[in-house]
Amino acid sequence: MYELLEHTADIGILAVGRDAAEAFAQAAKGFAAVTLQDPASVEERETRSVEVTAPDEEALLVAWVNELVFLQDAEGFLVGRTVVQKITATRLKALLYGEPFDPERHRMATQVKAATYHQVKVEHDGGCRLRVILDI
Amino acid sequence: MATDTKGILRKLDPYRWEIPVTYKPGMRVPGLVFASEGLMEGIGQDQALEQVANVATLPGVVRYSLAMPDVHWGYGFPVGGVAAMRTQDGVVSPGGVGFDINCGVRLLRTDLQREEVLPHLQRLVDQLYRDVPSGLGEGGAIRLSDAELEAVMTSGSLWAVQNGHGDRQDLEATEEDGRMAGADPRKVSARARQRGRPQLGTLGSGNHFLEVAFVDEVYDRAVAEAFDLHTPGQVVVWIHCGSRGLGHQVCDDFLKVMDGAMRRYGIEVPDRQLACAPISSSEGKDYLAALACAVNFAFANRQAIAAAVRRSFEIVFGRPAGAMGIRQVYDVAHNIAKIERHLVDGRETELCVHRKGATRSFPPGHPAVPLRYRAVGQPVLIPGDMGRYSFVCVGTPAAMTESWGSACHGAGRVASRTAIKKTLRGQDVEATLRGQGVIARAGGWASLAEEMPAAYKDVAEVVRVTDAAGLARRVARTRPMGVIKG
Repeated sequence: MYELLEHTADIGILAVGRDAAEAFAQAAKGFAAVTLQDPASVEERETRSVEVTAPDEEALLVAWVNELVFLQDAEGFLVGRTVVQKITATRLKALLYGEPFDPERHRMATQVKAATYHQVKVEHDGGCRLRVILDI
Repeated sequence: MATDTKGILRKLDPYRWEIPVTYKPGMRVPGLVFASEGLMEGIGQDQALEQVANVATLPGVVRYSLAMPDVHWGYGFPVGGVAAMRTQDGVVSPGGVGFDINCGVRLLRTDLQREEVLPHLQRLVDQLYRDVPSGLGEGGAIRLSDAELEAVMTSGSLWAVQNGHGDRQDLEATEEDGRMAGADPRKVSARARQRGRPQLGTLGSGNHFLEVAFVDEVYDRAVAEAFDLHTPGQVVVWIHCGSRGLGHQVCDDFLKVMDGAMRRYGIEVPDRQLACAPISSSEGKDYLAALACAVNFAFANRQAIAAAVRRSFEIVFGRPAGAMGIRQVYDVAHNIAKIERHLVDGRETELCVHRKGATRSFPPGHPAVPLRYRAVGQPVLIPGDMGRYSFVCVGTPAAMTESWGSACHGAGRVASRTAIKKTLRGQDVEATLRGQGVIARAGGWASLAEEMPAAYKDVAEVVRVTDAAGLARRVARTRPMGVIKG
């Protein structure tokens, strides 16, 4: 599950899962909720396979969300469902089910410039909790 | 810090507050905040002062970590933060520029009066909304090949003028002449190019906007006339936007690079978002070369948008832009890092000045000020929020002495976007603005509500304090008539 967090000039995502794979997938849902007025309007017409690497798990979270930012901004690709196939502290492999932006059906909400390192957090406490602040 | 600002800050005078160098371990210089008592109440509420202190720990920082009167919590550097580092042994930090590299403001003046525009205002706003892609998920107005994108990155506004967007007079009326030296497209990643290529000529969203306004008060008649602004009722156009996805990606790319490189240089920072590298290092040089590319993209962007604005006016009023006196007053960057020479302990020293949410404010006589304004000083453009007012100011000698020639950039946010959305729906905002005589068009109701005037500090107070502190002098005030937002 995820929650959106207030921040003076920007917005944050808090995501929780039973494990890192689930939490990172929930973070992607949070991202969709920030950027789209109706995340449910995204249909699973295409798949993207992504792989992200980083020096540590906090940087991995930032890089993961920035991957979603890039796909949306550069390719207009909107993510409906995410399956994290493999995740370690430094590497993530995922399948993204979604489709290209269609002005007839999709309404954007907030444009994200980037995920930031500000107050970024990855905690393992039985489950996995994430926090990442977005510059919007 | 949020609960005990009074205990920690040392008030130097009504507009200057010092954060002692002893406040936090690692601080190399004190912090200096330009603010009034009133503004300081708000500033003490969030972590902005903590961030000012963090910036003071960066290697090579000279004299003070500065905060402008509109300072608020950002990431790494606060928004409204200014810090200069010696190029010889200091660092450059992408967080000291921001993700939106060369987010900035352009002001156009016209000979039109408010009364003659009012009957056509709805049509004008609709035309502008059509001609300047603002919103979310739209394409760009200008198709660029890879080679053309490279030319945009190296030549900025000059490329735009050479390709039919505006004319050469605009170049002289732009900071850096719209073209920052040292741009090397090879240092800009494929991802950054992929993001930026379809976005030239677009406003973007968030707090970016295009505003038709009128001069409603002139504070300094002589300087206003030098800026070609003189009549109350005179219609002007504000353009506020940046380098779009290209700049955001450049920042992200180099934060990653520097995050990894810092250790090799023995640098530790109290906040990871302050990732940095020595200016003289390959990482530092690469960032500055990529930064210049993004800066130029943003200048070209505002140049293209200004050209589209001229065409919109031509369509609506049926006259050539020249016949309506549509000319550029100035264009300033407020997210940038620049190599400049300043006096440090009486000696001219080369510094890398970071201005994040801060505007350059150069005095009369400075060679970087366009010839036509050199006698009076650099125009300092301060947009407010969309319901209230914006200000044109002028640079001062005091700013050179105290803030590396820097001033505020606009009203800072006080309330979060989510909090604001809860209090007012977009449609109420539209009705409220209409009641105030302002026509607003936005890409989505959500984006309108987020930019509610209540979300921002009062820019009039920010500008009053900036003026009182001597960093920039008030010249004129404008009020909005029509606003286009993403």
